Amino acid sequence: MTTRGMIETFPTRLCTLVRSAFRARMAYLFLLPGLALFTLFVVYPMLYSLRISFYDWNIIRPERSAFVGLDNYATILQDPIFRRAVLNTLAYTLVTVPAQIVLALIVALLLDQEIRGRTFFRVAYYLPVITSWVIVTLIFEYLFNSQAGLVNYLLRDVLHLVDEPIRWLADPILTMVPIHLLGIWKGVGWSAIILLAALQEIPADLLEAAAVDGAGPWQRLRHVTLPLLRPTLVFLLVVLVIGGLNVYISVLLITDGGRPLDLTHSVLTLMYKETFDRLNFSGGAAISYLLTAFVFVISLLQIRLLRRRVEY
Amino acid sequence: MLLPAERKWYHQAATYALLIGGLVIVAVPFIYMVSTSLKPQQYTFEYPPRLLPSEVTLNNYVQALSKDLFFLYFLNSLVVAVATTAATVLISSLLAYAFSRLEFPGREPLFYLLLLGMMIPPVTLIIPQFLVAKTFRLLNSYAGLVVVYVTMNLSMQTFLLRGFFESIPSELEDAVRIDGGSQWTMFWHIILPLSRPGLATVAIFTFLYSWDEFPWAHVAIKETTRRTLPIAIALFQNQHLTQWGQVFAASVVALLPVIAVFVLFQRYFIRGIARSGLKG
Repeated sequence: MTTRGMIETFPTRLCTLVRSAFRARMAYLFLLPGLALFTLFVVYPMLYSLRISFYDWNIIRPERSAFVGLDNYATILQDPIFRRAVLNTLAYTLVTVPAQIVLALIVALLLDQEIRGRTFFRVAYYLPVITSWVIVTLIFEYLFNSQAGLVNYLLRDVLHLVDEPIRWLADPILTMVPIHLLGIWKGVGWSAIILLAALQEIPADLLEAAAVDGAGPWQRLRHVTLPLLRPTLVFLLVVLVIGGLNVYISVLLITDGGRPLDLTHSVLTLMYKETFDRLNFSGGAAISYLLTAFVFVISLLQIRLLRRRVEY
Repeated sequence: MLLPAERKWYHQAATYALLIGGLVIVAVPFIYMVSTSLKPQQYTFEYPPRLLPSEVTLNNYVQALSKDLFFLYFLNSLVVAVATTAATVLISSLLAYAFSRLEFPGREPLFYLLLLGMMIPPVTLIIPQFLVAKTFRLLNSYAGLVVVYVTMNLSMQTFLLRGFFESIPSELEDAVRIDGGSQWTMFWHIILPLSRPGLATVAIFTFLYSWDEFPWAHVAIKETTRRTLPIAIALFQNQHLTQWGQVFAASVVALLPVIAVFVLFQRYFIRGIARSGLKG
């Protein structure tokens, strides 16, 4: 193409774009309230905290903040407390996500049958999901307390597995037990409901046809049901991993913000403490960005590697 | 998994046994909460722990509800949750309508930008959100909570509703278009009424989110009279460390509206999820 051609086409293209945008002006009216809020409270804050993370931020007089490049990131990555928080968060995700998916699949398969009290069971299994994180965390703290908690009572006096009550909430490793169990207990119902919805979409004649061909229940599960559930399972995996890496309220309340000795932090409770207790806004923002980047990469990888089109 | 013809009595029995076993695990913490809320204070740490109280009293409820402006906190939570839910349902269905039914330049990039909102940990946005809210004088107010809650819900709920709207056959719209109806008529009189299960699903998710939200309220509300329930309960537990009876009495009362909303809307819920973009 000649230079003249380019000069002529660019304004023409711009004109076409403006004209089609004008023709679609109604669409932008539909978008306006949502995108205005989104820009103000998500996009702008994202860019703002990205900027903070490259400065030694002065809260009182932002204009005096010194640009430090990647120093905040370097400091965070070398901080043993941060590394511990990363390990804790990864452990939480690796334990709670598979457990939730497997248990939810079992519950969904059970509920996807002609049984009495289906609605009752559905509502009951969903109860932990709809209960506030603050409330369920308090309940678990109570159940796991070392004085007279139900868990210690069962372990010591009913099952005789231990001689002394276990101090679940005082030890940095043992604290993970109530936190992980809470995550699984609260999450199963949500995944189960979504899997149940997907199970009900599977046409019955597919399963019947497989049975006619001599496939038993396990073979049907492996070769018909599970492959058809694949998109739903991938969706659950992505969402639950994001949720797991973002674990926050339960850890904050059970460990009282990282006790003992900042060994029990999740990434987000550490970020919160860095920001609001130590008023290190730059460090907090850097932690946020490390987590966001990690979540983003992990999610894309999962979607890329696992998603495959499925035809019914 | 089993076809109806293959089902024997022992399959049925096993199904019920497993479901009831699971139910016990789900229910015990709740039963424990309710029963502790009904026990007199001196039995809170009784040993061996009892699942059912030996002596029932409403004293914890009286104490908890009369303390610390509990009813005000309850009302705050309710106002914020209802306003958030109404605004989210409206704004995200506007977005979803545009993204599912209208053609306009920038449609794909804008949608992906919106989806990015699902991947950002909400807590990481708190500092700048705090500064924005301060600029607009939104701290310590209902409005400050509502705008942020609505925004944090937009990505997920728009995604859900877009899937739902796409499942509505487009022949209906052609009919409206031939009759000379506008986009607004289409949206308001055709798409929304046909999407009730989807809207109910969005309403449930949003109400629960708002009722439960802790981190933003923790930062944005410093004035005692504007607190919502999660903040009030967490602080209450901090101040009255061993008074589990009262903490749980307050929790039980906080839980009631949530259960009511869920039971009321649950019949739409599964249908809503099945047809939305949610199953991947």
